[in-house]
Amino acid sequence: MKRTYENEMRLEFLSKSSNEAFARITVAAFVSQLDPTIEELSDIKTAVSEIVTNCIIHAYDSPDEIIKIIAKIQDNAVIIEISDTGKGIEDIELAKKPLYTSKAELERSGMGFTIVENFMDELKVESILELGTKVTMKKVIRSEKQVEEENNT
Amino acid sequence: MNVNFEEKDKLLILEINEEIDHHIAEKLRRDADYEIQRRSPKRIVLDFNSVSFMDSAGIGMVIGRYKTATMIGAKMEMINVKENIKKIFEMTGVLKIIPITNNI
Repeated sequence: MKRTYENEMRLEFLSKSSNEAFARITVAAFVSQLDPTIEELSDIKTAVSEIVTNCIIHAYDSPDEIIKIIAKIQDNAVIIEISDTGKGIEDIELAKKPLYTSKAELERSGMGFTIVENFMDELKVESILELGTKVTMKKVIRSEKQVEEENNT
Repeated sequence: MNVNFEEKDKLLILEINEEIDHHIAEKLRRDADYEIQRRSPKRIVLDFNSVSFMDSAGIGMVIGRYKTATMIGAKMEMINVKENIKKIFEMTGVLKIIPITNNI
């Protein structure tokens, strides 16, 4: 299928917790050009927040490391890639399990990946110990206009 | 966080007025626990009216306060929870232990 629309943005920022809000708001601003519904935008913000928080809490021990985000728009889908060069995840399946957390003392609920899996259409986690982790997620956007048209028929 | 305590009914209303993520959760946890322990309420209501965003850090924060409340024998409820946030509470089973109420 021929692609009708493509766009891409790249973002790098320090692993400070104050950047969690910056990251989700920036990605949401980029996705806005697809005219997403408020619910879709909220889902994407939550997913970005979860993964960026994982980088800050789990991948790095210091707030001076780099987190990278690449967001791509392909037709009416958004693909978001969030990567770090931190410790890596030993057991990805375990990390994705609902309620599993290695940081219970921080009152972490262990529901981060579960929420992302529910909110996004695709989730892929790749990790190499001591080298880092890359999380790729995809969501197909139904524009406000499209929803309106569906409601009218 | 805005704090409202009604002595007569031992009702503590904690109105959160920030986006709830990992960055802010630690502060909310400290402030809320301080108020709960200081006032010894019978009923605690978390007011989400001014919360437009929450991720899983909010789940940990809410469950943690529920534990503090249970320890002192208080009941806990939530009010004014927006749809996008309610969805997260529903999905993760939080609503089964901490209900959403319509009136204080």
